[in-house]
Amino acid sequence: MSDFDFNIIIESIPFLLEGMGLTLLLTFFAIVGGLALGVVLALCRLSPYGWLSFAAATYVNFFRSMPLILIIFWFYFLVPFILGRPVGGFYSVLIAFVMFEAAYYCEIMRAGIQSVRTGQVYAGQALGLTYKQNMQFVVLPQAFRAMMPILLTQAIILFQDTSLVYVVGLRDFLVAADIVANRDNRLMEMYLTVALVYFVLCLMGQLCINKLQKKYPSGR
Amino acid sequence: MDYNWDWSVLFCTVEDAAIGCAQPFFYWILSGFGWTIAVAAAAWVIAFSLGSLIGIFRTLDNPILNGIGTGYVTIFRNVPLLVQMFLWFFVFPELLPEEAGTWVKRGLPIPEFWTAVLCLGTYTASRVGEQVRAGIQSITQGQRYAAMAMGLRPAQVYRYVLLPVSYRIIIPPMTSEFLGIFKNSSLALTIGVLELTAQTRQIEEYTFQGFEAFTAATLLYILVTAIVMAIMRVVEGRVAIPGMISLGAK
Repeated sequence: MSDFDFNIIIESIPFLLEGMGLTLLLTFFAIVGGLALGVVLALCRLSPYGWLSFAAATYVNFFRSMPLILIIFWFYFLVPFILGRPVGGFYSVLIAFVMFEAAYYCEIMRAGIQSVRTGQVYAGQALGLTYKQNMQFVVLPQAFRAMMPILLTQAIILFQDTSLVYVVGLRDFLVAADIVANRDNRLMEMYLTVALVYFVLCLMGQLCINKLQKKYPSGR
Repeated sequence: MDYNWDWSVLFCTVEDAAIGCAQPFFYWILSGFGWTIAVAAAAWVIAFSLGSLIGIFRTLDNPILNGIGTGYVTIFRNVPLLVQMFLWFFVFPELLPEEAGTWVKRGLPIPEFWTAVLCLGTYTASRVGEQVRAGIQSITQGQRYAAMAMGLRPAQVYRYVLLPVSYRIIIPPMTSEFLGIFKNSSLALTIGVLELTAQTRQIEEYTFQGFEAFTAATLLYILVTAIVMAIMRVVEGRVAIPGMISLGAK
């Protein structure tokens, strides 16, 4: 412990920040894409058409029973293959994350929508609201409040999960630190720094969510 | 989309040049599957016992034990699992006293395996702890008071009243946690454990027939998930407490 070298950390900050940039970019686009696909899946899952709901359920169960690393491998090789040309690791991995996260977001949104009591739906119908109005003004606002904290927590988990791009060598925060660590043989300094940065960021995110939850209770 | 599917890759059992394979890839997948199960099962022992302890700590009035539980969960849930894996493998032996560190690095048989087990176990313990806490807190306070009124000591209150009930309530989320450990065991490949996902990656490198190997691994993961879910559904039905709704699987 005595020869802990802080200089190496300070010197490599610009390099690490570049890596963090990729981590945040990947997290952001995976959240946006995952939410978009997740909404579609959730609506399919709750649709009255049996085959549609079955297809969505199969999708969700399929992606939830596979390890994320295996999914990353699949798409890392599959995407360039389907498109017939190299697209770069970032896009392949991004697609993998979007497909994977959508399965989890779908389940969260489904639970949120189902948590709205049926009495509310009936009340909306009794007031003469159409299906769309009922969804827009009665069900979704309440569902949204119920699922917001879980969606945000899932975003933090996703932020942590993006470190798995390590397996295909995309230069994210962890890989950037890893490169410095192996180049200068400073494993302890770099890995501890990475852990601390992730810890602080995730903890701050979690505290914000808790605060938000207190400010806007789901009212149930 | 002109991929030459060659399923014979998966069935290579001997050095059989006639069907174009040089390695017994079938056994690679089999052995990888074995390691996946071994890592997951061993890590679950740690996760379950340590997690239960952490969960109980978090329901106690004692501020020190409660603080330990909360601190543990906060630390282990806010650092990515992969980073934890590297910390255990590369940094942890350096922090130990000289002799112990050398033993971990040199003396310990299959260090990658035990590191992966320790890492997955301690990480999942933080998640199991949250489930156990939720289970205990979902029991009405009246049960605790009733047990105390009967003269049970605090340890007995947990042993005979709170834990037997809460473990039965939290079967669905605990099943998810077990499946989580099973899937997360694939992270062990980053420190050199040749489990299922690592083996498929290796087959890809040897043969360039990666999709066959990925398909085989995918089917194995889905199969185990389906079997575990089916078994736990039966177990859940058997031990369900009449009149009590279990916590929904999440």
